[in-house]
Amino acid sequence: MFPDQFLFGVEVLLNGLMAGVLYALVALGFVLIFKASGIFNYAQGVMALFAALTLVGIMDGQVPFSHLINALFGTDVHHFGWHVPAFAAILLAMAVMVGLAWMVQHFIFRHLVGQEPIILFMATIGLAYFMEGFGDMMWGSDIKKLDVGIPQGGSFWIEEATAFLGGSNFYGFFIDQLDIVAAVVAVVLVILLVSFAQYTKQGRAMRAVADDHQAALSVGISLSFIWVLVWSLAGFVALVAGIMWGAKSGVQFSLSLIALKALPVLMLGGFTSIPGAIVGGLIVGVGEKLFEFLIGAPFLGGATENWFAYMLALVFLVFRPQGLFGEKIIERV
Amino acid sequence: MFDQAESFVTPDGRTIGAVMMEMKNITLRFGGVVAIKDISFDVREGEIRAIIGPNGAGKSSMLNVISGFYHPQEGEVWYKGARRPEMKPFEVARQGIARTFQNIALFEGMSVLDNVMTGRLNHMKTGILSQAIWYGKAEREETENRAVVERVIDFLEIQHIRKTPVSRLPYGLKKRVELARALAADPKLLLLDEPMAGMNVEEKEDMSRFILDVNDEFGTTIVLIEHDMGVVMDLSDRVVVMDYGKKIGDGPPDEVRNNQAVIDAYLGVAHD
Amino acid sequence: MLYRESGDFSETYKADSQTFPIKFDRYRYYAVLAFAFLVIPFVINDYWANAVLVPFLIYAIAAIGLNILVGYCGQVSLGTGGFMAVGAYACYKLMTSFPEVSIMIHVVISGGITAAVVTIFGLPSLRIKGFYLAVATLAAQFFLVWLFNRVAWFYNYSASGQINAPDRTVFGHLVTGPNTEAWAKYMICLVFLTVAGILARNMTRGALGRKWSAIRDMDIAAEIIGVNPLTAKLSAFAISGFFIGISGALFFSVYLGAAEVGEVFGIQKSFLVLFMIIIGGLGSIFGSFAGAAFMVLLPVLLKNVLVGGLGWDTALAAHLEFVIVGALIIVFLIAEPHGLAQLWRVAKEKLRLWPFPH
Repeated sequence: MFPDQFLFGVEVLLNGLMAGVLYALVALGFVLIFKASGIFNYAQGVMALFAALTLVGIMDGQVPFSHLINALFGTDVHHFGWHVPAFAAILLAMAVMVGLAWMVQHFIFRHLVGQEPIILFMATIGLAYFMEGFGDMMWGSDIKKLDVGIPQGGSFWIEEATAFLGGSNFYGFFIDQLDIVAAVVAVVLVILLVSFAQYTKQGRAMRAVADDHQAALSVGISLSFIWVLVWSLAGFVALVAGIMWGAKSGVQFSLSLIALKALPVLMLGGFTSIPGAIVGGLIVGVGEKLFEFLIGAPFLGGATENWFAYMLALVFLVFRPQGLFGEKIIERV
Repeated sequence: MFDQAESFVTPDGRTIGAVMMEMKNITLRFGGVVAIKDISFDVREGEIRAIIGPNGAGKSSMLNVISGFYHPQEGEVWYKGARRPEMKPFEVARQGIARTFQNIALFEGMSVLDNVMTGRLNHMKTGILSQAIWYGKAEREETENRAVVERVIDFLEIQHIRKTPVSRLPYGLKKRVELARALAADPKLLLLDEPMAGMNVEEKEDMSRFILDVNDEFGTTIVLIEHDMGVVMDLSDRVVVMDYGKKIGDGPPDEVRNNQAVIDAYLGVAHD
Repeated sequence: MLYRESGDFSETYKADSQTFPIKFDRYRYYAVLAFAFLVIPFVINDYWANAVLVPFLIYAIAAIGLNILVGYCGQVSLGTGGFMAVGAYACYKLMTSFPEVSIMIHVVISGGITAAVVTIFGLPSLRIKGFYLAVATLAAQFFLVWLFNRVAWFYNYSASGQINAPDRTVFGHLVTGPNTEAWAKYMICLVFLTVAGILARNMTRGALGRKWSAIRDMDIAAEIIGVNPLTAKLSAFAISGFFIGISGALFFSVYLGAAEVGEVFGIQKSFLVLFMIIIGGLGSIFGSFAGAAFMVLLPVLLKNVLVGGLGWDTALAAHLEFVIVGALIIVFLIAEPHGLAQLWRVAKEKLRLWPFPH
């Protein structure tokens, strides 16, 4: 028997871990692009939103750009009137993300090769804006429900199995099934990505590009192919993250802000490290939930999750600028 | 020729003064790599002191130690008769040490004039408020320093490119602008990191002339790193030779030229 | 031939370092000032003041502030919205705590308070650079919005959580509160913008500006030639914060009259001001004006054409605005990183020779 307060704390911790897995998932998308191209992709969060919007739109048989078409031609079209099964819709959404990756590479970053990182960063902010407006124009800006058949609600099994730990006020740990699924999916995804990078030809080429653009070019690797590839992978990761979050809290603009939490995750973990992204994600997830539980809600009026991750990253960076797993930077003149 | 005498006159009529800077047993490590190993040498007032050695010998690292960018793990830097505590680069600059860089480090977003004016920053003391108001103190200071800078610009013959953004200049001119920026600071000690790297013969001759003129007219002490042995032997009063982070020779050009260790280092004798 | 600089010689270094060394530019500058001060106040109406002119003037102050930090000193900040909120809430607290003191003084003090806050958030810039710093400033953005939202003292425990500007006068004319006339709003903002523009120009043309640009272009070299990165960076943060704080104070007290922090000073505001300086021109005071004008006019124009003219849905027009703005940012970064200011310079070069380009 443990005191209830302690057990509630543990529950918060577990939920934090689950949220952290999702942060790590989005952070992975950042790391992929950053490693291969040196671009710090601010638009990753909006990509997750866009992917989720596209998925819902395809599943519901929405007519893309229906508002625009109606405004331009005075028609009144909204739906095709069919429903696409989740699995097929996910494949189609993935195809859209690959197309997007190609366009991003072809129309934007091909023209910015060799620019300073901060310029590339600002370009991704522009891209985020563009995609936000584009996604809304394509699918409408109303809040949408996303249901791809992932079970939701508390897991009774875990609740019943753990109820004995506490007193009469404790009913067992409440953990959302969706979070469990998300965690499993994230772990699988990480394993897939890492083995892709380690064992396939394209993966090796990707790592070569990450290491040295010039050298990779000189052994005949096509840079633009690799960049389309990593943007596609990042789009895939965004789609998965978009599905998880969309299923949890609906597909809406705030999704892209939640996904932004991946930024502090990266600052903790280091921008180039996949394990860093995972550990950083878990630290942020657990840290913000525990902080809210122990300090935020009782003393500071709550809602500290909005900023905790950023502040943690800020303080952390001041003392260890390269992140947990990043390499120490030796400056030269 | 170089004894402990306080000051003396060289054959070409320049006065070399007392020891101005002294490096004592400097050792610099990066993790496990030893870049500089137990090196000592001195620099006398008014002389042109060269540091030579093959690639990777630690010459640039030594210059970076002098300008405070790297901090040696062991050893002491003595400057103007006092031991210099560990300093940040900008504090070193304020002691009257200016430098140029191996890979040109100009401010690409600014014009030539503005770049050279940055050399005067340590001489401009107006506060933020006076600058915001501009009329009066700030304007006067700007004009005074502009006059100094214009003299340097005249001296280095770069008047015609005064208002050109440095990003549009060819390599040789960039090197000259960088020298101008360093000179504008009115340094006591000038550090030149490969001032002639990548230049053609004509540009090298120009640059050599400028270096000699600077030393001659302003009496600036110069420490320079250079690969071109001919240039080094012609320009410098004394030469330090480094190889693999160690000092293998030190003395006037003629003496160094005949030093067996130096010849070995340059011709490549197997290291054991 | 329309635009001539021949025959214009600077005979002193002083003449060479003035803001408009070319006579034609100088006269045009005086003409614009005279028009802004002597003509517009008499013809302005509510629509023009609220939809275009007042937001333009206020955003231009913010853009100048951010441009000093990003364009001149090279430190990217995504916290502008939060920093404007500091100015707004400081101004509100001052206005309600010291009603007898002039609003002009309150606005300036709000700028000072914001400068202090921004400087604190600028401290990490000594250790981290580039987009690391940009992300770190997001911490300021989210934290400050949360702070003003959650700590009731800042909004005087009002039930709605909003802050409302009380009526205040300058020289007997109402400048804040719901009954303010359009010309009064315009004039007070114009005065602040004019002063801000002149001060910013003076700071950027001399030693301070060179210090900032040196840090921006190559921080290591700057330090080695004697620039103290601590004072250079923090002074940029402080001065940038001062202007941004003033714009926040004016935005709340003069323009909106009432504000709720999350809505008005959210992260979108940070981006809006950042986009102004990217489109207008990084490292250019004129660019700050141009960018602010552009970003204020674009939605007005789109709304008039699409919603008013073609009868589109407002939401759809807003989405299209996002698309256009995003695309423009990318286009400018690719094609003209120095923004409208550079286009303007190029146009002037062309005009110099026009109509005889050879």
